[in-house]
Amino acid sequence: MKDTGNYQPYSYFQLMEVSLRELLVEKGIVTEAQVAATVEDMRARSPERGAKVVARAWVDGAFRKKLLENGSRACEELGLDVPALKLVVVENTPEVHNVVVCTLCSCYPRMLLGIPPDWYKSRSYRSRTVREPRTVLEEFGLDLSLDVKIRVHDSTADMRYLVLPMRPAGTESWSEERLASIVTRDCMIGVAIPVLN
Amino acid sequence: MSRYITVVIERSHHDMGGLPAGKVEPSEHDYEAWERRVDALMVLLSGIKGGTKLMTVDELRKNIEALPPDAYDRMSYYERWVTSITQVMIQRGVITTEELGRKMAEIKKRD
Amino acid sequence: MIEALFKPGDRVTVRKAYPLGHIRTPYYIRGHSGVVERICGRFGNPEELAQQRSGEPKQPLYRVRFLQKEVWPEYKGNPDDALEVEIFQHWLE
Repeated sequence: MKDTGNYQPYSYFQLMEVSLRELLVEKGIVTEAQVAATVEDMRARSPERGAKVVARAWVDGAFRKKLLENGSRACEELGLDVPALKLVVVENTPEVHNVVVCTLCSCYPRMLLGIPPDWYKSRSYRSRTVREPRTVLEEFGLDLSLDVKIRVHDSTADMRYLVLPMRPAGTESWSEERLASIVTRDCMIGVAIPVLN
Repeated sequence: MSRYITVVIERSHHDMGGLPAGKVEPSEHDYEAWERRVDALMVLLSGIKGGTKLMTVDELRKNIEALPPDAYDRMSYYERWVTSITQVMIQRGVITTEELGRKMAEIKKRD
Repeated sequence: MIEALFKPGDRVTVRKAYPLGHIRTPYYIRGHSGVVERICGRFGNPEELAQQRSGEPKQPLYRVRFLQKEVWPEYKGNPDDALEVEIFQHWLE
């Protein structure tokens, strides 16, 4: 099973993936159809889903409260399937800015947002965000005043974190859909804030 | 105890919070098909999405953490995952080393 | 069921221990003190789950808030800048 039109021999690891999968299929543990369906399922999990949650929290105070109490349950109430996710939502305020990291590996609310970006899993991000968050955020283009307190969340165990950014001024008349459009993945990790488009 | 031993045994190489590192390169790549399949296998083998639960994420992490430091740094994310998942399957006796070796050789010939 | 020894607001210290095995208490936080922000629930012990054991009985897991200036000697920022880490009860005292 070749991945692309241009033939390239399998790397050792690609060979391992094919071999592992074929063995598991032969043993009746998985089917090719299941693997393909799961790949598609993960593709469908994207930051847009998180943006929906944020936009709803911005327009609906009761939902926001539920979201802060039990993140996963609130997502499910919005019709978002989030199997095995234990979500903690942390709210940005004028006084506090939150940012999420997993120093030990790459824990991320995948079942809501999809697969995390390379940089989130990088040595630099994982090492430095806990120790010098302000400098790391500046590298992402986010310059926070010293008056704002920064909270770094290291996802070391079973919980996964989503940052609820502040709703920008000037969006009072916006529809939920338009609000969701300015909530990027990076806003929900905490390395960016929503920008008016 | 030598500094090297402290760094790789007393403090595991993966446990990097607070260590010095360079600038964060905001790199991303569109995951290749094989990488997505590795991800999918992990989801299924964890018992999610209707898969048969045959391993835990803790075992995945343990095996990644056991990679030699240089390998850990040089391997890509899904290279680490596929290696680790395969190790777990061998550790749990779902597949044997012999089966894996023969299968890899067979596929290589097919390729 | 394992009794929860701590509650939000309690001051706790992370044990200074450096054992082998799969551990989810980061090296950088061991020995430091912080305040319990919440109890997250009870979860299987990852140290045991990694070794193909059941991880039972489930252990209380806490989010503990540490002040950055107390964790890193050179930290510059807002004096209330914080670091929140999930730590299992058996690592806290």
